[in-house]
Amino acid sequence: MMSTSFTVFVKEIVDNLRDRRTLASALIMGPIFGPALFAFAINLSIEQSVENAARAMEVPVVGAQYAPNLMRYLQSENIDVVDAPGDRAQAIEAVTTGSSDVMLVIPEDFGAQLASTTPARVELLSDQANTDAERDARRLRGTLSSYSQRLAAIRLLVRGVNPAVIRPINIDEIDVSTPSGRSALLLGMMSYFFIFACLMGGMYLAIDTTAGERERGSLEPLLSLPVTRDQLIFGKIAATCLFMALSLLLSLISFFLALKFMPLQELGMTPNFGPAVMLATFLLFAPFILLGAALMTLVASFTKSYREAQTWLSVLLIAPTLPILIVSLLTLRPQLEFMFIPSLSQHLLLVDLVKNEPVNSLHVAISVVSTLILGALLTWVCARLYRREGLLG
Amino acid sequence: MIRVDGIHKSFGKIRAISGVSFEAPDGRVTGLLGPNGAGKSTTLRVLYTVLKPDAGSASIDGIDVVEDPLRARQRIGALPHGAGLYPQLTARENIAYFARLCGIDKAEVDDRVDEIVRLLEIDGFAERRTKGFSQGQRTKVALARALVHDPQNIILDEPSNGLDVMATRSLRELILKLRDTGRCVLFSSHIMQEVAALCDDICIIANGRVAIDDSVEGIRTRTGCDDLEDAFVHAIHQVPPA
Repeated sequence: MMSTSFTVFVKEIVDNLRDRRTLASALIMGPIFGPALFAFAINLSIEQSVENAARAMEVPVVGAQYAPNLMRYLQSENIDVVDAPGDRAQAIEAVTTGSSDVMLVIPEDFGAQLASTTPARVELLSDQANTDAERDARRLRGTLSSYSQRLAAIRLLVRGVNPAVIRPINIDEIDVSTPSGRSALLLGMMSYFFIFACLMGGMYLAIDTTAGERERGSLEPLLSLPVTRDQLIFGKIAATCLFMALSLLLSLISFFLALKFMPLQELGMTPNFGPAVMLATFLLFAPFILLGAALMTLVASFTKSYREAQTWLSVLLIAPTLPILIVSLLTLRPQLEFMFIPSLSQHLLLVDLVKNEPVNSLHVAISVVSTLILGALLTWVCARLYRREGLLG
Repeated sequence: MIRVDGIHKSFGKIRAISGVSFEAPDGRVTGLLGPNGAGKSTTLRVLYTVLKPDAGSASIDGIDVVEDPLRARQRIGALPHGAGLYPQLTARENIAYFARLCGIDKAEVDDRVDEIVRLLEIDGFAERRTKGFSQGQRTKVALARALVHDPQNIILDEPSNGLDVMATRSLRELILKLRDTGRCVLFSSHIMQEVAALCDDICIIANGRVAIDDSVEGIRTRTGCDDLEDAFVHAIHQVPPA
């Protein structure tokens, strides 16, 4: 029994190591795609956050000549005032059509209102539906209100009143999240990349077990040999698992290397992803390999052709994201029940690892055991289906 | 020796074979002859145990194919219709893989493969990956694969399909060689001339039933047709539609 399965296992490995398509998906696609996309996302968010604070911002102003002091203040806050063409109506038009994100309108009587200590009106035009504009508008609003507070303080001082009387509360925000904790959000994406790499690694082998062998015409000769079908499918699933493990390992390593080159410190992140965590992650995801291999083999066994199998398995690649997505969207805290859900349990445990938080060993045990049991169950179903006569198509 | 006793097989509502019986003795070539869709492949598939008959029985060297399919398969070398190879493996590796699966010891595999490679004259392309092989080369390798464990019974489903004259000729020589060493050779075909040139016994099936089962001479006498093709046409018209 064992030696026959081993013969199948060895043959599948040799066969697939020579197949460029399998190699590309197992050893290149999975391991490269994840870190590359991740690096792209991180760099994008670094660029944005750096931009927000320091970037010089241009604001077209209608009636700048009515508030020269305010204009000087804006310039000192790195907001460039440019003359807006035309009047208020044209300004509204420009913001509506999106040719300008944010505009400021200063009425003719601005100076007179200031002098008479009636609240002086300025108009801030922006399209709130546009996130970019919203960010610029927020910055401009902040700058305007700090100018307003400054004027208020001066007016109080002139009247001999301590400006502090109009600030009954002083809000000091203190962010207690650790740098590792902040990484968690983005690094949570990692778990999906690992699952993705895992599945990609074994996809072509899983297809080959049924649809591939059938299409090539090698299934029938194989089944007419004096071996049981269980021996064949166990050997094949084992080979699928090996390729998945290889792909997972490579993607862990490529992530480890990629993190070294990402300027995560600029985002205040220090992900806990050293060799020890890498090894722990591998062991954590290892049970998922059997489950994934059996699931892909099962789905492929229902298809009529290689192409159909490919289509269905591409859909299957998304399935493990669903529990992760739902829990992330609802921002649910890790609970015991979640550990029974494969892919979600691995994701939550990985987030804990990366956040450098203590990992609950009961959770690990449930995750490992439940994923393994489900994997074994699906393998058994695969073996049952492999005995069907209809297998020959 | 292969014995088939009244086997039936349906796929859903389609009755592929209904009550096929015949015998293929050792040391003889038995041809399963019939028009397309007559039930030849289904019959052979029952024999090499990838299909289970709905009724009736079949045995290989006295081993029932339903009760002990594993032992029955051990005694069969089967070449299914359109058998495919593993394109990333060399011809030799393809053959050795099947040898290992048939339970041949690792130490003996090389010798056994060498032997079959020589027998089938594969030497010229044995070390090449089978991707891009011609139909003739593919059939030879598939045949070598089926024969590598030296089975007593050889079942070939339309082996000469897509072969050129030279390849057909060497296949024919091989079949006769196997017969002369006492093997039981059963093969299916819809080509009259091929069957006439090779077979000792012919079993003509049509619409899933046996029309006539006899030696070549016996068929000529019983149908009263001197020409085998006429005999074939005569015989299949005797069978009512399924």
